[in-house]
Amino acid sequence: MHSEQRAPLTLTFAAIYGLLFLHLPILLIFLYAMTTEERTFQFPPPGLTLKWFAVAWNRADIWPPLYLSLQVAAISTALALILGTLVAAAMTRTRFFGRDQVSLLILLPIALPGIVTGISLRAAFDLADIPFSYWTIVMGHATFCIVVVYNNAIARLRRSSPALIEASMDLGANSLQTFRHVILPNLATALMAGGMLAFALSFDEIIVTTFTAGQQTTLPIWMFNELIRPHQRPVTNVAAIIVMCITFVPILGAYYLTRDTQDTAGSGK
Amino acid sequence: MNAPAAAILPGRGGLFGGLSDLFWRNPRLLLLFMLLPPVLWLGIVYIGSLLALLVQSFFSIDEFSGLVNREFTLKTYAELLHPANLDIILRTVSMAALVTVASAIIAFPIALYAARHARGRWKVLFYLGVMLPLWSSYLVKIYAWKLILAKEGILNWFLAKLHMTWLLEAWLAMPVVGGNSLTISYTGTFIVFVYVWLPFMILPMQASLERVPASMLEASADLGAAPRQTLWHVLLPLALPGVIAGSIFTFSLTLGDYIIPQIIGSSRLFIGQAVYTLQGTAGNIPLAAAFAVVPIVVMLVYLAIAKRMGAFDAL
Repeated sequence: MHSEQRAPLTLTFAAIYGLLFLHLPILLIFLYAMTTEERTFQFPPPGLTLKWFAVAWNRADIWPPLYLSLQVAAISTALALILGTLVAAAMTRTRFFGRDQVSLLILLPIALPGIVTGISLRAAFDLADIPFSYWTIVMGHATFCIVVVYNNAIARLRRSSPALIEASMDLGANSLQTFRHVILPNLATALMAGGMLAFALSFDEIIVTTFTAGQQTTLPIWMFNELIRPHQRPVTNVAAIIVMCITFVPILGAYYLTRDTQDTAGSGK
Repeated sequence: MNAPAAAILPGRGGLFGGLSDLFWRNPRLLLLFMLLPPVLWLGIVYIGSLLALLVQSFFSIDEFSGLVNREFTLKTYAELLHPANLDIILRTVSMAALVTVASAIIAFPIALYAARHARGRWKVLFYLGVMLPLWSSYLVKIYAWKLILAKEGILNWFLAKLHMTWLLEAWLAMPVVGGNSLTISYTGTFIVFVYVWLPFMILPMQASLERVPASMLEASADLGAAPRQTLWHVLLPLALPGVIAGSIFTFSLTLGDYIIPQIIGSSRLFIGQAVYTLQGTAGNIPLAAAFAVVPIVVMLVYLAIAKRMGAFDAL
């Protein structure tokens, strides 16, 4: 609910400066991607150039991590979509024994600190003698992407009416037809939003991935190594811009897809 | 009313028709079918891993051979009580507390304005303005601060222009919070933590501030309270669940983080870094597991307190 009177000036300034504080560092990344100075973080930049974008394009060690990240994100999102929708559908209206516990179980991967998830997965893979590979990364990512899809799906399912399903079955449709023609169109935008958020989450994931990746390098792992042992600093900035653009687009997409609904996508991570 | 033997109408044909009828008559079966894959997945992959972690923490490492000794023992937990390890735990917990308090203070004006005073276009702007940093890449944010805090970076340049470099040097000369430069001091780590977790604090706060009915504030004003008193005695207590909900995130995320202290921080370890280094080259997974159990326990206690204060309704 809104307060009637206008906001006091101090509050307005504090709010705006706070917001600027949130965004300025990111803007600086763009600036530093165009600096001519390669080895330090000198400000103001001695000159501006666009050559680093070309250098990044030609660098051989950026592309494989990028492809790996995209693949892992795509597969984890697909898995999370299936599992998240299933569990959201199960949790919508039925009361069953253990419902609260399932709710907690879904929330746990994202509620506990990432390092706990990471080292648990690593300890488990160790005990079970599973070698670290592409699929161990996917397993880790899919696990905490489930909750993102679940939140979106269940918000939408709670708002849809069960009478639609009954009406559809009364009119002679079987389950598959009902699912395809009635339920799915209703859910579509929520699932897309959830999927996009899951993609962004998985693409950017570093904390758990360092534990579950063996020799594989995803783009965040590549960036992490660059942060510790910088090679060509502006190229890292260019990579940062690429990462931001790839995650920016799904987030905006998810926002616009669910903007008119009550639970806008992405309001909780 | 159920007469499963005599169907009045012929059943739907085909595989899916048969399945539809089956699920319609046995909704529990449909429930089971929908629930089983995700619960199995989460149960085996996630809970199984957590149990594996717990089990590993009760093993110990043999100092001479470096191999894990798979026998139940409390020796590893006893190792946690060594002064060096206790230091790590205390350091992490205090940093988490400070970061939580600081982000609450900074987040409050933003959340308050966005919840109660922003309208129309400004509301969208504030919403996107908080969401985009929340979802933008974690590493990119840390990297941005590495740029800013560098000796030749923008912060020092700015202070030099204002002729206030002496202030920074005085701060860096202080014993605990200072260091050789901002990027190798607790202050730097603190700033980056606050920055990265700020959106996590703003969103629950904003949600709970939005739920405070305006009539409460009007009633308080009618009863003669000055705006500041209304803020302190009415708005804040009503918004407290949201504040605590946000603090859960900042506290828990700081407890477990190992990347930020590594990139911007002194070489003294935090819990996350201790876990990371222990399970890496040292191969001391039992001690790493024991360290990892500490945040879990701390968070369970914190969550219990938060639940009592009503934060779960604000999540």
